[in-house]
Amino acid sequence: MIAARILAAGLLVALIAPPPVYADPVADRQILHLLNRIAFGPTAEDVAHVNTIGIDRYIEEQLHPEAIPEPAVLSERLAPLETQRLGAARLFAEYGPPPSETRGGAKPTQEAIDARIARGDAILQQARVARVWRALYSRRQLQEAMVDFWFNHFNVYAYNGFDALWVGNYENEAIRPHVLGQFRDLLLATAHHPAMLFYLDNQVSTAPGSPNARGLFGGINENYAREIMELHTLGADGGYTQKDVSTLALILSGWGFDYRNLAAGSGPAFVFDPSRHDSSDEVFLGHRIPAGGEEQGIAAIDILAHSPATAHHIAFELAQYFVADNPPPALVDRLAEEFLTSDGDIKTVMKALLTSPEFRDSAGQKYKTPYQYVLSAVRAAGAAPKSPTPLLGTMAQLGMPLYLCPTPDGYKNTEDAWLSPDAANVRTNFAVLVGSGALLNYVPPSEAHLVVVSTAPGPAKPVAVETGALEALLNPILADHTRAAIAGSPAALQAALILGSPDFMRR
Amino acid sequence: MQRRDFLGLAGATALSPLLGPVWAARAEGPPRRLVVVMLRGAVDGLNVVVPHGEAAYYEARPTIAIQKPGSDTGALALDGHFGLHPALAPLLPLWTDKKLAFIHAAGSPDPSRSHFDAQLYIENGTPGRGTTPDGWMNRLLAALPGPRNPTDALSVGPVLPYIFKGREAVANLPLGAKAAQPMAIDRPDVASAFDKLYAGNDRQSEIYRQGRAARTQLVADMGSEEQKMADNGAPPAEGYPAIAERLAQLVTQDKHIRLVFVSLGGWDTHARQGNDKGQLAERLKALGTGLATLAHGLGPDWNDTVVAVVSEFGRTVHENGNGGTDHGHGNVIWVLGGPVRGGKIYGEWPGLGAAQLYQGRDLAVTTDYRHPLAAIAERHLRLDDKALTKIFPGMPSARGNFADILAA
Repeated sequence: MIAARILAAGLLVALIAPPPVYADPVADRQILHLLNRIAFGPTAEDVAHVNTIGIDRYIEEQLHPEAIPEPAVLSERLAPLETQRLGAARLFAEYGPPPSETRGGAKPTQEAIDARIARGDAILQQARVARVWRALYSRRQLQEAMVDFWFNHFNVYAYNGFDALWVGNYENEAIRPHVLGQFRDLLLATAHHPAMLFYLDNQVSTAPGSPNARGLFGGINENYAREIMELHTLGADGGYTQKDVSTLALILSGWGFDYRNLAAGSGPAFVFDPSRHDSSDEVFLGHRIPAGGEEQGIAAIDILAHSPATAHHIAFELAQYFVADNPPPALVDRLAEEFLTSDGDIKTVMKALLTSPEFRDSAGQKYKTPYQYVLSAVRAAGAAPKSPTPLLGTMAQLGMPLYLCPTPDGYKNTEDAWLSPDAANVRTNFAVLVGSGALLNYVPPSEAHLVVVSTAPGPAKPVAVETGALEALLNPILADHTRAAIAGSPAALQAALILGSPDFMRR
Repeated sequence: MQRRDFLGLAGATALSPLLGPVWAARAEGPPRRLVVVMLRGAVDGLNVVVPHGEAAYYEARPTIAIQKPGSDTGALALDGHFGLHPALAPLLPLWTDKKLAFIHAAGSPDPSRSHFDAQLYIENGTPGRGTTPDGWMNRLLAALPGPRNPTDALSVGPVLPYIFKGREAVANLPLGAKAAQPMAIDRPDVASAFDKLYAGNDRQSEIYRQGRAARTQLVADMGSEEQKMADNGAPPAEGYPAIAERLAQLVTQDKHIRLVFVSLGGWDTHARQGNDKGQLAERLKALGTGLATLAHGLGPDWNDTVVAVVSEFGRTVHENGNGGTDHGHGNVIWVLGGPVRGGKIYGEWPGLGAAQLYQGRDLAVTTDYRHPLAAIAERHLRLDDKALTKIFPGMPSARGNFADILAA
């Protein structure tokens, strides 16, 4: 196990130091920098791996996640999460609202509603557990960082209607397979997914006067048409008008749910309904889109995916996530160019980003989001938490509950958004709990029925994080005054102080 | 703006070149507070303060309109033309007591229908200019006279919003059920060890020290409340009313708190917003109950508190095809508190006729949102023109007279 290896590494340091294990502090800092950005922080295992194969090969490896075998610990921990393997229609049929609610039958009883909510929450909880286990244990760390990035870019809110059922499926089917693929495929996958169709109301958007326009499906809804341009593609200053918003809403009318498949629990959840679609000839962003059906929407999505404004918007966001809050404009321009010339190939853009001098020279420029901070502390400590619930609780306490950003812009990743007086208190508190081992051994009794605890046996009592190993791992990123202050502090607190240090808050 | 009023007020003291210190002396006495509540997502103001006197309102909203006053499901009569959403019944006593006012057709002069741009412009105080590096409430805090205290300004929640971004220290605290639970940093040995790590002049160290100072004070303030809760044997509650109750407790305990910001989400009702019942009604009920709880909980401190409720823009006059409303323009600002001259709808009502709508679809903006807020800063917080220019740089001269909205 990782913990054992860290312990071994710590003993090694104790036995042979000095000279230090890290012969080349500059190279070590560069490895930690890389793992701080394309992974959720370093583990002893990852540092050893990068040391062996070198930075360039590690980047190349991470750009091809499908070729990286996953560790057994991950499959063990994912195994009990059976709702992770169900399709959107099946999730709806098995865990969704009592049938009468969608079919206009008798009003469901309070018990039926309560049971539905509890079942829906269990799915959401499994999605959260799966996300945390993947982020902690997957060797495809860049893929998981990109999942964090793209999920927020195409954010949906789990407490919006049926989306508690679907956020996990949305991530697994619409996001993760495309995070390093073609942007156009990613955009289209999110446009087709019921979680997005519900969240931004496109599933009800209906051409007025069309044969199937009635009741809730009585007319056009602009919500998705606006946000797909403002947030997902062109950006707020991307040169579209209110007329383009209204036009795109007409073009996308009839993109909605296949309610028969949802009720049956099989088949695609998405359907294009021509009887609710406005099929007229349109001019959208200066392009003529001839009269038609679903292909009108596909054409509009192609226009958006290939727009220079989109290229610039995505390039800026990637550079902001991976390089600096205010990314160098020259880098953003180059990445936008890569995006355009590669036809929106995310892998190409990411390779240019990760091998750029701007990336190389940006160590420590980012302040970790609550998600990144919590995960990186657990990874650096080499700890094996029994349940991710305490980690999820800390993310929530810091204002970043997983899958619960209510607004479609998703969580920000800038220092301004997360550095606050209360956050400083909560982060130091978390560092102390991780350092003492208390938090990681904890399974909240009230949530035991929802939490899927790993079958892997953990220690019976909290085991404090071994300070020497943690120091050996993180030394290259600790400032001299941080090291001096820690050295002068009580030994029992030193691991907590490393994890709660200003240096470890950054990446 | 309103130079005349300012001078009239200043006439009581010698007008000296050292205006700041003079004002500081003048501002002694009971602390005056401003609470800003931001409804993120754009609340449907036309269903909050309902223009039931307009036939066009009912034509535009066949299924989601609030009916005229007089029936069980109708609006609560405010004046002959406007009525209050029935879910806001908890606020009606404040209206009757003339402690609640509305400014209708208010909003940002910027035309953006992007939530995120429009919220930024409300928070940075410079509509149309996204590069302003700080928020207007931080600039307002900088302008307040007197010695600084870690809890002068409080943001309710786990993060600092843009409106408070800036040089001045602002405390933040989520006021959920676990607000006062113990933390490792409360232990002296842990605190002193971490203090050494955060002794520098960098931003992280500064924020850390602000967090420590604010926590020391707020935990002391909240301790008694926790005890009270424990004495009652009731578990701490969640939701707006519970947050409002904790906020009221905190403000009555801690006389330093002068500026408070709370933001509440969930107003982006594109589908199935409902009318007198439904999604929007549920939210408004919780908010109305929360505000009434705050007013009640503040006790005598209510006399020195002004609460302003704002949202980034309004929603379309016409309901859409899905029982909801899309992004619009003009909205309503709510102002309540002891010093408020309420029981009145302020502002210039532009009407809902086709020719009167902004871009043919939205309620027009006849009041720049900054004007009533500036009037509160001036009349209630006693700030001068120079300070107002810093808080809202580039604000055009006021068209309406919002000095009336507050008692002198």
